[in-house]
Amino acid sequence: MSIEWLVRIATEYWPMFVRGARMTLLLATVGTIVGFFIGLLVGAVRTVPREGGLIRRVLLWIVDAVLAVYVEVFRGTPMIVQAMVIYYGSAIALGLHMDKLTAALFIVSVNTGAYMAEIVRGGIVSIDKGQFEAAQAIGMNHWQTMLYVILPQVVRNILPATGNEFVINIKDTSVLNVISVTELFFQGKSVAGGNFRYFETFLVISAIYLILTFTVTRILRYIERKLDGPEHFIPYANQMQVQTPEDILRKKRNAVGY
Amino acid sequence: MNNVIEIKHLSKSFGAHQVLKDIDFSVRAGEVVCIIGSSGSGKSTLLRCINLLEKPSGGQIIYRGQDILTNPSNVYALRAKLGMVFQQFNLFNNYDVLGNCVVGQMKVLRRSREEAEEMALKYLRLVGMEQFIHARPRQLSGGQKQRVAIARALAMEPDVMLFDEPTSALDPEMVGEVLKVMATLAASGMTMLIVTHEMAFAREVAHRVVFMDQGVIAEEGPPEQIFINPQQERTRQFLQRTQRRQ
Ligand SMILES: Nc1ncnc2c1ncn2[C@@H]1O[C@H](COP(=O)(O)OP(=O)(O)O)[C@@H](O)[C@H]1O
Ligand SMILES: [Mg+2]
Repeated sequence: MSIEWLVRIATEYWPMFVRGARMTLLLATVGTIVGFFIGLLVGAVRTVPREGGLIRRVLLWIVDAVLAVYVEVFRGTPMIVQAMVIYYGSAIALGLHMDKLTAALFIVSVNTGAYMAEIVRGGIVSIDKGQFEAAQAIGMNHWQTMLYVILPQVVRNILPATGNEFVINIKDTSVLNVISVTELFFQGKSVAGGNFRYFETFLVISAIYLILTFTVTRILRYIERKLDGPEHFIPYANQMQVQTPEDILRKKRNAVGY
Repeated sequence: MNNVIEIKHLSKSFGAHQVLKDIDFSVRAGEVVCIIGSSGSGKSTLLRCINLLEKPSGGQIIYRGQDILTNPSNVYALRAKLGMVFQQFNLFNNYDVLGNCVVGQMKVLRRSREEAEEMALKYLRLVGMEQFIHARPRQLSGGQKQRVAIARALAMEPDVMLFDEPTSALDPEMVGEVLKVMATLAASGMTMLIVTHEMAFAREVAHRVVFMDQGVIAEEGPPEQIFINPQQERTRQFLQRTQRRQ
């Protein structure tokens, strides 16, 4: 290994690496966010209580079966194979010529969605039954219960798992080089293909991946801590002697502008 | 006839296990009814059948003249009219105290935020929790949580309040603060159906006491009858057992 080569590669090719890193981040971010919402939707639908009329129950069963197949297929096959099948397969079988970026975004999202669906389902199941009952007892229907009480808690609880998916996506989108998306690994391959300095080039690439995953992990941990807030509460009476609860409400209302 | 709730031949089974057997009873407007009985006798199930958290297996539940079992078209509106307080409080963990008291009003009753907050504050004051509007449930003691849960139910301006052992999960020193709120509520004329093991409270506050045993109402009557001069042998035995425990 030579230090000169490392420096030379980094200084000479940095615009390519930055573009690659940006593409990797784009794929990972969009994939995680879209996958997250797919997961929420699939998870919520799969936990709809199987009750009501016969038609409703049959319909729920069919929808659940379809979603179960989706989850199994995308979790049970490698993303690199999914990429080949979807990108090349759709062109041949369906005459559908997706551009590379669209195909890549689609693949990461759908793949992440399958993992997130199971994470969300676990998250919903682990919410205390009392939360569902209290929401129902107050008159909420299934969707109101999900939307206003259950899913917000699920989202908070699965934040660590979602962050984990994000980090995995930063690394695993490298397999999308098989459909020639110009993400970080692909850029590394191009550079190394020109200078034949595979070791030094990919050492630089490793460092960039590490910086990305490390930064993202720290940011996510910070957000989690922020969301949890302090352990104890100081009643307003002790904090601000002159304010009534109405004052506090009014101030808050003005601040957010409702 | 001023029965708010009228129950006729109500039965409920979980599989082969019949938990409620041919229950007949009613609650008049403004009445405070305490349900006592040993654990497993079906008290919670009865309460949960009334707001359809459990689906009865048979019989009728008539709410203000309407049979809610043959006409379940508006379960949600019915539940909004019946306030429920649980043993485990069940405050919504994703909201602060104010949010807990507001979300049902806004989403179910479609009140504006301002109106809902005003109403919430009114009842949080009643239970003495107005200083805690921005506290999260996990920052509160059990007694505080239960008082918020009561305010949350009251803010919906229910017709009837159902309590399922509201003090059973509390440390002894917090039981009093919750019972005090409930006594105030009873004095204000609220119709209340309370499952409880607090015999002194039932004796003082209830207009009528219902003793349940193995899925049937074994005896019911004014507190003086139940506590001083029970007509049934099993009522007497139950009361003796609870006294020995205390
Ligand atoms: N969801 C359920 N599934 C099966 N059995 C139940 C269920 N809920 C209650 N039971 C049974 O019904 C009986 C009465 O329960 P419950 O109404 O909770 O009694 P109580 O509130 O008087 O202690 C108990 O034997 C209990 O095990
Ligand atoms: Mg019970």
